[in-house]
Amino acid sequence: MSLFNVMNVAGSALAAQSIRLNTTASNMANANSASSSIESTYRARHPVFMTAFDEAAEFGGELEEAAGVGVEVGGIIESQAPLRRDYQPGHPLADEAGYVFMPNVNVVEEMANMISASRSYQTNVEIMEASKQMLTRTLALGQQ
Amino acid sequence: MIDFDRHLGIHPQAAMLRSQRAEVLAANLANADTPNYQARDLDFRAALENALGTGDGFDLARTSDRHLALGDGVGGAELMFRTPTQASLDQNTVDVQAERARFADNALRYQATMRFLDSKFSGLVKAFRGD
Repeated sequence: MSLFNVMNVAGSALAAQSIRLNTTASNMANANSASSSIESTYRARHPVFMTAFDEAAEFGGELEEAAGVGVEVGGIIESQAPLRRDYQPGHPLADEAGYVFMPNVNVVEEMANMISASRSYQTNVEIMEASKQMLTRTLALGQQ
Repeated sequence: MIDFDRHLGIHPQAAMLRSQRAEVLAANLANADTPNYQARDLDFRAALENALGTGDGFDLARTSDRHLALGDGVGGAELMFRTPTQASLDQNTVDVQAERARFADNALRYQATMRFLDSKFSGLVKAFRGD
């Protein structure tokens, strides 16, 4: 039944967007986590969204599988942007030259990401709500 | 003798196609942030004609399970890719606002189909009761 699959598709989007919100929260929380070496410095994380194609659909399977494809998080990548190197000789984590390494989190970008993720989340909640109404209406068929 | 199929008319097929279109549009919205995702939709008119057997659509006979189907479509109508109105950097062609409008339109028409079916059933019940 396709309308139940709408729930699955919207649910997969909710899961993916909440992971995106999660990484944004993590990036924002660690935006100023200083470190004394390049290796141990936090790097901004971002999820990679992928379409969750069913194997059956790829081989020309039935339409039910092909029509509704959800979204999945293929993986989480760390940003390759250069780290910030601040001169703070008084910092307890400063190296011999007086520098600390700061994460490569772009706070403005993260805020934009957060808003985009929460809007997408809302959209999918509304899709779920609408399909729930459609299903309820179908169940009430011929009951009046 | 009442022919139930004829009494209900095109509405059962219409409801089925509407629910499948809801699925396709929900998939578009779910993948609104997926890079390289291509938004899809179906031509409802062609799909309904195919489902009713009145269209000029055709399908290939599959005499073995290992034969490939003609393509993934809904009720014999092929799913088509949408032409994007604005290019996006990540090659995604989902226009969230337009898709939401289509989803709402589709849901409303589904409700209308349900209303039609409801009145068909109440007509039948009236005929059975005979009072």
